[in-house]
Amino acid sequence: MTTTPGGANARPTQRPLADTAAPAEGDGVDTAPHVSEEIKRTTCYMCACRCGIEVHLDGGKVRYIGGNRNHPTNRGVLCGKGSAGIMQHYSPARLRKPLLRTGDRGSGEFREIEWDEALKIATDRLATIRATDPKRLAFFTGRDQSQSLTGWWAKQFGTPNFAAHGGFCSVNMAAAGLYTIGGSFWEFGEPDWDNARYFLLFGVAEDHDSNPIKIGLGKLKDRGAKVVSVNPCRTGYNAVADEWVGIRPGTDGLFVLALVHELLKAGKVDLDYLVRFTNAAHLVIADPGAADDGLILRDADGIPMVWDRTSGSATAARTPGIGPALTGTFEVGGRTVRPSFQILAERYLAEGYAPEAVAERCGVPADQIRRIAAELAHAAFDQAIELPVAWTDTDGVRHETMPGRPVAMHAMRGISAHSNGFHTCRAIHLLQVLLGTVDVPGGFRSKAPFPKPVPPGPTPAGKDGGRPETPLDGMPLGFVRTPDDLLVDENGRPVRIDKAYSWEAPLSAHGLMHTVIRNAWAGDPYPIDTLFLFMANMAWNSSMNTAETIRMLTDKDEDGAYRIPFILYSDAYYSETVPYADLILPDTTYLERHDCISLLDRPISHADGPGDAIRTPVVEPDRDVRAFQTVLLDLGARLGLPGMVDDDGSPKYRDYADYIVNHERRPGIGPLAGWRGENGDEVGTGAPNPDQLDRYIENGGFWTYELPEEARYYKMANRAYLDFATRMGFIESPEPIVFQLYSETLQRFRLAARGHGDVTPPDSERDRIERYFDPLPVWYPPLLEDSVDTDALPLHALTQRPMHMYHSWGSQNAWLRQITNENRLFVHRETAARLGLADDDWAVVESEHGQVRVQVRLVDGVNPDTVWTWNAIGKRHGTWGLSSDAPEATRGFLLNHAISDLLPATGERKRYSNSDPVTGQAAWFDLRVKLTKCATPATISEPQFPDLAAPPDMPTPPKVLSYGSLFRKRREGAS
Amino acid sequence: MTSLPASTTRKLGLVIDLDTCVGCQACVTNCKEWNTGGHMAPLTDIDPYGAEPDGVWFNRVHTYEHTEDDEHSIGARSRTVHFPRSCLHCKTPACVTVCPTGASYKRTSDGIVLVDEDKCIGCKLCSWACPYGAREFDTDVGVMKKCTLCVDRIYNDNLPEEDRVPACVAACPAGARHFGDLGDPESPVSQLVAEREGVDLMPELGYGPTNKYLPPRAKRDTASEGGPARLEPLAESGGFFGWVDRMLSG
Repeated sequence: MTTTPGGANARPTQRPLADTAAPAEGDGVDTAPHVSEEIKRTTCYMCACRCGIEVHLDGGKVRYIGGNRNHPTNRGVLCGKGSAGIMQHYSPARLRKPLLRTGDRGSGEFREIEWDEALKIATDRLATIRATDPKRLAFFTGRDQSQSLTGWWAKQFGTPNFAAHGGFCSVNMAAAGLYTIGGSFWEFGEPDWDNARYFLLFGVAEDHDSNPIKIGLGKLKDRGAKVVSVNPCRTGYNAVADEWVGIRPGTDGLFVLALVHELLKAGKVDLDYLVRFTNAAHLVIADPGAADDGLILRDADGIPMVWDRTSGSATAARTPGIGPALTGTFEVGGRTVRPSFQILAERYLAEGYAPEAVAERCGVPADQIRRIAAELAHAAFDQAIELPVAWTDTDGVRHETMPGRPVAMHAMRGISAHSNGFHTCRAIHLLQVLLGTVDVPGGFRSKAPFPKPVPPGPTPAGKDGGRPETPLDGMPLGFVRTPDDLLVDENGRPVRIDKAYSWEAPLSAHGLMHTVIRNAWAGDPYPIDTLFLFMANMAWNSSMNTAETIRMLTDKDEDGAYRIPFILYSDAYYSETVPYADLILPDTTYLERHDCISLLDRPISHADGPGDAIRTPVVEPDRDVRAFQTVLLDLGARLGLPGMVDDDGSPKYRDYADYIVNHERRPGIGPLAGWRGENGDEVGTGAPNPDQLDRYIENGGFWTYELPEEARYYKMANRAYLDFATRMGFIESPEPIVFQLYSETLQRFRLAARGHGDVTPPDSERDRIERYFDPLPVWYPPLLEDSVDTDALPLHALTQRPMHMYHSWGSQNAWLRQITNENRLFVHRETAARLGLADDDWAVVESEHGQVRVQVRLVDGVNPDTVWTWNAIGKRHGTWGLSSDAPEATRGFLLNHAISDLLPATGERKRYSNSDPVTGQAAWFDLRVKLTKCATPATISEPQFPDLAAPPDMPTPPKVLSYGSLFRKRREGAS
Repeated sequence: MTSLPASTTRKLGLVIDLDTCVGCQACVTNCKEWNTGGHMAPLTDIDPYGAEPDGVWFNRVHTYEHTEDDEHSIGARSRTVHFPRSCLHCKTPACVTVCPTGASYKRTSDGIVLVDEDKCIGCKLCSWACPYGAREFDTDVGVMKKCTLCVDRIYNDNLPEEDRVPACVAACPAGARHFGDLGDPESPVSQLVAEREGVDLMPELGYGPTNKYLPPRAKRDTASEGGPARLEPLAESGGFFGWVDRMLSG
């Protein structure tokens, strides 16, 4: 690990004074007051980044939360959210006891019940489902950091209907990377902050990987590296970038492919890298109409073939001594074949990708695109670097140095939350790979357990829809490699309630949580019995089409029964979703619980080595609440789920902590990789260690392993790394990981659309599959634009998360809401002038679907055709412990009301989900709107919803908060 | 009226890098959580869950758009700046000299400007006098509060030595905040200020702020980075494909 002694902020200008002895001032100030009785180290949960924190406790209360200097994620720093954790922990919106609904859904009428009763109600219901038709349980776990447990629980229950929130967050980012380079941004890899000279940042909306990016930007600034941001909004990171490209939303793919065009045309691509690490030389069969048209030519052993220029014949890739061709057309065994790179180069050299051809559409001048392409080439090729580190590749060849191309990239939701996001993200990886910057010094670096083979396994389980009293034969979420892996029935109909892995979203590796409520309500593809949700505010800011979603949650059939019969919900806070559930299982705060940040799930690895972490309770709950994962294991035991009970039927695990230590997914592999083995001296694999959690606690709540220097780059073909990864169980065997610029997986879907193979799409889906399963990255306009009049809806509309908030969790926080408690619609000054809008005017944002009344704020720093607002500030009256007249409810608003969860009806065609057609990723940012000034001044946003009553026994929020006076009293009383 | 020391032994202060600050509010809330239990505890919040939440904060970050001329166009002449704002611990602070009780004072040893709550009568003259808006009146307690430069951290031997820096400096994820003795020209912070041409905030007012701001660096959005402004297409015969052939044959 590139550690700075003392953490990230250890520059000479950030150190304590040379002499920290207090001077003799004589003013009576106590410069060395008592701080805390105890410091406990755990993992933050104020957003998804999982930083290490030090929680100072005094008199049983949280005195202060600081960053853990030794933690690989945050290196001692702590963001605006993490530093406000005290108010999250003591929020008056915390649920206090299990609740059973007594009035109608949405009335907020509940009665408190005991845990035994709550668990009995849930168990009885779930047992009946499991005994009859387990898929009638839909289990969707929101912003879940325990998916290796929750997914396994669903598997053991036997329902394929499981996912977390990735489908409405960033599955495009994950899937595009995993299907191309065996890794992706964020948890999968990171820029080489210490060596990059040129950094290209796409669509990063200030959340996800929050502290690592900020630490990294600081490092780049220290070294004078150039930072270029590509983002319609000039906020946050974009404001400090050396160059801001204020691109039109949804056109990043076109911009990137124009860069590719320029680089190809000038010969600024790394041919050696392409031959060694990618499938650029693999021969693609050109035989229109054949069942294998467009697939890779393989030898009898299934090894991809290349054209050897030395012998003038086709031979297996990686045969020693050959010189593979990257271009040309050849005949092999009577078949015409071409290296995939030939196809790739022909495509992007076409004038349709020239900067001048895309400039207007992207809102980026052609000269700027050309200059950025030239700068990328200059940094990659003229400023190449070399680390003096010897290593051995997977062919056994020893290299004395590690050459690097110091161009790094990062992308996030601005790319992924479009219906063309999968291909756009693939285009970014294409750009990185052509420049030879993936997993080389100065470039993008994989983080263990990535890279994985492309695509990674396993395939999703549950094709038969699940059987009574029977676990699935694998995990519900996985990676589809061919149409045979889809979860569809013999008629091509979806098996899952969210239609994941169906023809509508074949590569939906994270499921489609955003479709579940509609599909369950409509009974499409079938009705369910119980919707079990955890930690996602689906009746408010986490759903598109919020008002309709609320209606579906409360809708009854002709017999007066709810169309979604039973809703079970677990969360720590009184969110807008709580009143729509039937049974509430109150969760703890993040400071009251065990958790496991696992290599089986979403670890805290660093490019220099794998890592994982735990949460441990640092304070005891003062309410009758239980950690969700412990409750889930309890439910599993009550249901007798295999693996959760011993032979005598007694619970196998006391609680989640017991599971974390003792559960083994495969012999020797459990949730935590550190201090395994009976004596705690084994790394990665080994028998459960009863003292494992203590060892984590002693180490500050986390474990990291530092890779030897020779294993830190070129991981896709680095023998030392791949041997290590195999020993750790990350991959099955130490074979090189070959980047798939040309995706055979996508081509297989195209062939299915053309009628080849055992599993082919219904006629109605063929055109869509043919169009969007291009084996090379492609750009197409966001799908919504096919069916709305873009002249009538001339503006793009987006949301961003404030850096100091994490969705509705953050905006309830007593401190954070003083920074932002209402959101404006940000409009470019020129656009506003055209519309007659002045600062603070009220206006109506109208889409093809709905309208929202908002107050505007004029700015320069936004693409002129784009309006945007902060996400999840708007709240519903009466929720989150806020007063009914809180500005979040009166002036705040959700843009969600203007976003349809379905694409508009066009002719006879069915209405598809408003999602990426490849992965099912929710296309939040495709929204098109028009903006009209309100004729008369307004004072409140619209739409407004009725007040929600608080459940019984919720505390009255204080009118004055003097948090901290207690510590002073204790201190002064003691002195 | 309260008198000022003729000079101070050290001039402790902050250096804030406006080129690196991303406006994330980490320094704001970390300051809040430290100080609400610290020397001036509490930093009271009024109506924290209501219509007009308004609390005491020692450090706030504002975001401005700065336009260099009257033309508005995408990015070219306008920039967004995040501006952290807290007490500047001035050399001759008016907030001290106007104080009728001696509550507001500047320390001789390190130059930190503090308020002695026992002497503060809540008259708010200091907040009127401070041109930087750095004073925060706690209406619940009835006294004026302000940044202490974490005087209860920087010398606090109850904390590990490496933690003895202001909370805002420790927390800042981008590393945009620096701390030290700005009276010593050899100190790392003074050298940083010299190197980056750090500036005083509103020096014309004559209060001699100790804290310095490092100005945003010039944008690099027109000139290319030492290379050509555009790539020349391959001139060789056969264009790109010919070039690939020759490269692989070489």
